[in-house]
Amino acid sequence: MKSGTLGFVMLCHTALDRAAQVARHWAERDCPVVIHVDKRVKRRAHDGLVKALGDLKNVRFSGRHACEWGTWGLVAATQEASELILRDFPGVRHVYLASGSCLPLRPVEELVRYLDERPKTDFIESVTTEDVGWTIGGLDVERFTLRFPFSWRRQRRLFDGYVRLQRRLGFRRRIPTGIVPHLGSQWWCLTRRTLSAILDNPDREETDAYFRRVWIPDESYFQTLVRQVSGNVESRSLTLSKFDFQGKPHIFYDDHLQILRRSDCFVARKIWPHADKLYRTFLTDDHASQTAEPNPGKIDRLFAKAIERRTKGRAGLYMQSRHPNENWENGRTAAPYSVFEGFADVFENFELWMSKTTGTRVHGHLFAPGKVEFAGGEAVYNGALSDNAMLRDYNPKSFLTNLLWNTRGERQCFQHGPGDLQALNWFMAGDPNAQISVISGAWAIPLFRSNRNFGDIRRDAAELQKIEAEFLNILRSPWVKARVRTWTLAEFVENPMEPLQTIVDEISPRSMRRLTEVPRLTDLTGFGQFLQNLRNQGMQPVLMGDFPATGELRPSNPRRGRPYLVK
Amino acid sequence: MSVFSRYMLRLARKRWRIRAFRKRRELRPVTDRTNLIRGDQLLVFTTFRNERVRLPHFLRYYRDMGINHFLMVDNDSDDGGREYLAEQPDVSLWTTPASYKRSRFGVDWLNWLQMKYGHGRWCLVVDPDEFFVYPFCDTRPLRALTDWLDASSIKSFSAMLLDMYPKGPFDALPYNEGQDPFEIAPWFDSGNYTITRNHKYGNLWIQGGPRMRMFFADAPERAPALNKIPLVKWHRDYAYVSSTHMLLPRGLNQTYDEWGGEKASGVLLHAKFLDTFARKAEEEMERKQHYANSHEYRAYRLATAVEPDLWCKWSEKYINWRQLEILGLMSKGNWA
Repeated sequence: MKSGTLGFVMLCHTALDRAAQVARHWAERDCPVVIHVDKRVKRRAHDGLVKALGDLKNVRFSGRHACEWGTWGLVAATQEASELILRDFPGVRHVYLASGSCLPLRPVEELVRYLDERPKTDFIESVTTEDVGWTIGGLDVERFTLRFPFSWRRQRRLFDGYVRLQRRLGFRRRIPTGIVPHLGSQWWCLTRRTLSAILDNPDREETDAYFRRVWIPDESYFQTLVRQVSGNVESRSLTLSKFDFQGKPHIFYDDHLQILRRSDCFVARKIWPHADKLYRTFLTDDHASQTAEPNPGKIDRLFAKAIERRTKGRAGLYMQSRHPNENWENGRTAAPYSVFEGFADVFENFELWMSKTTGTRVHGHLFAPGKVEFAGGEAVYNGALSDNAMLRDYNPKSFLTNLLWNTRGERQCFQHGPGDLQALNWFMAGDPNAQISVISGAWAIPLFRSNRNFGDIRRDAAELQKIEAEFLNILRSPWVKARVRTWTLAEFVENPMEPLQTIVDEISPRSMRRLTEVPRLTDLTGFGQFLQNLRNQGMQPVLMGDFPATGELRPSNPRRGRPYLVK
Repeated sequence: MSVFSRYMLRLARKRWRIRAFRKRRELRPVTDRTNLIRGDQLLVFTTFRNERVRLPHFLRYYRDMGINHFLMVDNDSDDGGREYLAEQPDVSLWTTPASYKRSRFGVDWLNWLQMKYGHGRWCLVVDPDEFFVYPFCDTRPLRALTDWLDASSIKSFSAMLLDMYPKGPFDALPYNEGQDPFEIAPWFDSGNYTITRNHKYGNLWIQGGPRMRMFFADAPERAPALNKIPLVKWHRDYAYVSSTHMLLPRGLNQTYDEWGGEKASGVLLHAKFLDTFARKAEEEMERKQHYANSHEYRAYRLATAVEPDLWCKWSEKYINWRQLEILGLMSKGNWA
């Protein structure tokens, strides 16, 4: 392969030893290389690079420009280096723009062959400003219509302030006729025909004068002009280059070796300069001759996931580097859970029945005073969560979010009641993961069955009623995001099957079975009289609904084995 | 935050720096090899007392990670640790008989050394029983992380303290010099940490783990803080305020995302609960040189008198950093 139809232009500013390695790799495989070294690089380092490559006849160094990010210098450097490579190496048909931190992933011959098969194609990502989704800072078309005299890196405040000022004043630069702004990756591979047409354009002076004041011209100069001169633009970059959410390029390390190899891309950037294994592996010639198309899908997914983790995070996780402000949690808790208020009072062995029916973990009163009632009476639970009430009450929100995080994959249900800690009522009500079912007034049943002085019972009843009423108020607020269902005790006892069926269906939607076994209702004989006694003592029990003072309220049709279901 | 409180924090920072400057006189150099420190090398800062048996593994662990130089303050050891370190080619050693408590538990001494040698470099401040774990630490050296942090304009990196413990009594297996302590104590609590925000300094206050579960159940507010920011691209104007829990200026404490995302973070594996622990607790009680009137050690001593076992059936056994990531104790953030 003596043709040397592919030439490289390399823009370098750091890790010059690595750049030299890559340049040598290309040059020794008969690809001319023109290197531009940033003017801000110390003379000694620059001279070292020149010396290191001194033995190679097809390596040139172009005039140095200062290349601050986002400024014209990068374009000027590219122009000068491109002119040099076109002039000195007439055999070159495609010019590949690369950086000093690029690394070829496939043998150069494969790239040459790939380009030989497409001799008139220009590979350059070139997208109209309306269609790019990746610009940082919301500046896309404004890159072309505003002025940017201040450095984005060093004078951010002035930069932002001046942009705001121009927007407010309605200032716009005129875009020269014939120029349709396009943006794209700065790493391209153009044919001699296209590149020389851009560089030898009679209007170039005027065009350059315009682009000199455009922001980040290296992402728009060639991308825009190529549309005027080329009839065969393939709008993609042959260089694999991924950017994170702040617009900084992702870096490749030794542990990316396999994924890079399988990507079948020709060149990747940016490589960490100390990634010895990558440089060693990819710069030794293996004569694998594939013709595969580049397929960076896996790498795309890897970096897309990284960005998602950084911007959205894992729902329900609170940790040292993720502590979202209220309402920015992206999910307050890690998984759906069910809160039952009153059910354990109305039914006997409700917890056991519930866990058997739905296959979920059903706890007792997690927020009971004195002790956390974990399922099975465990003293320590998933994630080494303690059943100590003082530890729980020290930070109840952490307790609940920890429990739900630790038990991901297994739905948690727990009992709640007005006798428990109420600190999380708002938190749960605002949580879309919560399913809250309340039988209001059921707290009176244990009082009814207890054997205490009536004066104490009356006092407790008044207090519990007040607490539950507050909870119900919260559940009626417009901010509620939980799935809330409430029944009065009287309502529920009259027809307990239908609510149960609804709840069970929601917890395990796939089973869709009708309930065959029902938990036993607790015996309420005399409950109406008990409520009347409370009234007689001057306390007004309201949350239970209407219980007749005498005579018994019974389930409307206790014999009906199956609840009515709409399917 | 009001201009006034910002100004007060500025004054506080200056005060800590002046204090560190004054405390420099307590330090006597044993071996000063700081002339070996070059450009942007990675430095470890440590203060210790009678940790001879731990030192060889400590040095090896951090050398393998890519640390170039250790700057260590010996607080009057009498177990040969000083002599051992003096011979290490990459250690600069100072010694002091002064009060640990009055140097604010070593913070003043290290603040001074960092001010003098850490400016413009990445500094890792760890105790001899703390082992730093960061994303990809099994495949990428620490330099990869600091380069990435530099490129992302991040100046501080958090690593929560994770207490590791053995199954059974602490002294069931003796710790031998040079051994990986996590062969003996590989267990940890994975999901019982509580977090609150400290609005004054802007840091998170994390408590929990086996110590809170076993020793502080009756006084959770006194449980030790586990939030740490041990890795900082140091500037001479910075100062640690309390251990490595928080820094000034307070922007450096902002190592967490408030809008739902995850920033990158690591973990400090804490090899405290080895057979050396009971002896240490006894000694520290005598010296009364620890935090909050040694309440911590008193609680331990009470509990250790009855041979505590921190292990429970929900304890997790340490495998690697990916496990900690999945458990949500640390995060890769957007580093991939």
